[in-house]
Amino acid sequence: MPTIIKQLSIFLENKTGRITEVTKLLGKAGINLTAFSMSESADFGIMRVVLSDPEAAQKILITHGFTVTLCDVVCLFVPNKPGTLSEALLILSEHNISVDYMYAFAMDDMARVVIRPSDINRCVEVLQDSNLKLAKASDMYYF
Amino acid sequence: MIWNESFECMGREEMRDVQNKRLRTTIEHVYHNSPFYRAKMQELGITPMDIETIDDLVKLPFTTKTDLRDQYPFGLFSVPMSEIVRLHASSGTTGKPIVAGYTRKDLSTWSEVMARTFASGGCSRNDIFQVAYGYGLFTGGLGAHYGAENLGASVIPISSGNTEKQIQLMTDFGSTALCCTPSYALYLAEAIEDSGVRDKLKLKVGFFGAEPWTQEMRQELEEKLKIKAYDIFGLTEVIGPGVAYECSHQHGMHICEDHFLPEIINPKTFEPVAPGEVGELVFTTITKEGMPVIRYRTKDLTSLTYEACTCGRTSVRMHKIMGRSDDMMIIRGVNVFPTQIESVLMEFGETAPHYHLYVDRENNTDTFDVHVEVRPENFTDDMNALLNLRKRIEARIQSVVGVHASVKLVEPRSIERSIGKAQRVTDKRNLYKE
Repeated sequence: MPTIIKQLSIFLENKTGRITEVTKLLGKAGINLTAFSMSESADFGIMRVVLSDPEAAQKILITHGFTVTLCDVVCLFVPNKPGTLSEALLILSEHNISVDYMYAFAMDDMARVVIRPSDINRCVEVLQDSNLKLAKASDMYYF
Repeated sequence: MIWNESFECMGREEMRDVQNKRLRTTIEHVYHNSPFYRAKMQELGITPMDIETIDDLVKLPFTTKTDLRDQYPFGLFSVPMSEIVRLHASSGTTGKPIVAGYTRKDLSTWSEVMARTFASGGCSRNDIFQVAYGYGLFTGGLGAHYGAENLGASVIPISSGNTEKQIQLMTDFGSTALCCTPSYALYLAEAIEDSGVRDKLKLKVGFFGAEPWTQEMRQELEEKLKIKAYDIFGLTEVIGPGVAYECSHQHGMHICEDHFLPEIINPKTFEPVAPGEVGELVFTTITKEGMPVIRYRTKDLTSLTYEACTCGRTSVRMHKIMGRSDDMMIIRGVNVFPTQIESVLMEFGETAPHYHLYVDRENNTDTFDVHVEVRPENFTDDMNALLNLRKRIEARIQSVVGVHASVKLVEPRSIERSIGKAQRVTDKRNLYKE
């Protein structure tokens, strides 16, 4: 059961309207965004998106002149309770796995945390060994 | 005040005789002592016999910056190294700088023309000169230094930078004359304003050059520093500062034409333009020994007037530089060609050869932004890699070109493509306007 998720990363200049353009193109193509985050410097940023069809999204954006790349992330479920995230992260650090970046959102009883770890295969392994729940790629994509 | 009345106020006919004689001597000298110039003249089938008067100048070959660079380091010297007593070099050019060599006589010519410059601005042995041009390979510092010493003034060789100390010495030593770049002068002016010491200063005059500046900048400098601001013109290839200077009437700059013979040519046809018309300024040095230049193309656009000036000088005057016939920019006193930036960017596989340069002036300091497209195939999800790339490009530009640039990574295809000659520079400083 594959738990490695393809995330689409988009290089964006810090210009008004660029994010709107990305979301418009994807919306038109019937691609749904599940999660995204923006990381920015003074004049450019990287938009990172988990979406329903990463390959199709990549093609569409490239056609429209965007600079994009696909990379692997995992999506971890943790109960929406104090201390649960720290437990999960402790497992990673105990196994010497570092986190390049992560983004998360919690509502109702579950929090979903997208993680870009230094070693994705080891990350999946140790989290599953610790009985933590990871999202399946098939939950994210519609095929 | 006129430093050398016999030359600065010489009759036109007499000046022509002096120039004819000195030109003949110079051409003899380079033909027999410079393999470079001899080869160039032989290519055109001319010998020193063909050059009798300054009207024959047009027969001579041009010399360009590229020639100087190709002859690096000493290929244009026309005397043995044992005769060379000083070396200078221009700043900020790709790879090889332009080198100038001076004999003892050349140094004395240089301090003569700089003394004329300072006397023309009303200075004498009673003045205290604060030389805040950079000392070193750059000709500004030592050029002003020797000129002021020749004048008999007291010289403070403080060099550029260290603004706090500049103000302290200016106050404590009672400097009356300031020599530096106009942009540094503006910076100093604001620092002086902030420190509230203007009323304690004895400053009365400033000699500013090495980069183009506007009439507005002159006004601002004169108001803020309560001085009279003089423009000086020069270039390392010809001698350094002192090639031309303003008198108190400030109707153009008087050229020391008994040493540096000017011409104005059409930069496209290379033909001389009609008197008074704008074109590219060309210089032939007629007294230099170490590194004479023959018809050196400055790429600066200006015009000449031979009318006698109200100050009493008869020497030809050049208009303030009105532009460039090439794409060279002067940023914070450093000569920058877009192609230098391009070659730096080409070293980095991660960027595309599409770039645009933006030059502006904020708070009296030139800003220099380089926009360059990232290559899609080199994009990774890694923010640090991008920040690091930007840092590496900035460091490389600093080391190759000698000026700090702010690099901005932009999206592929976001820089306008052009079918003809690419317009790669936006200079908002308007330095050449009236």
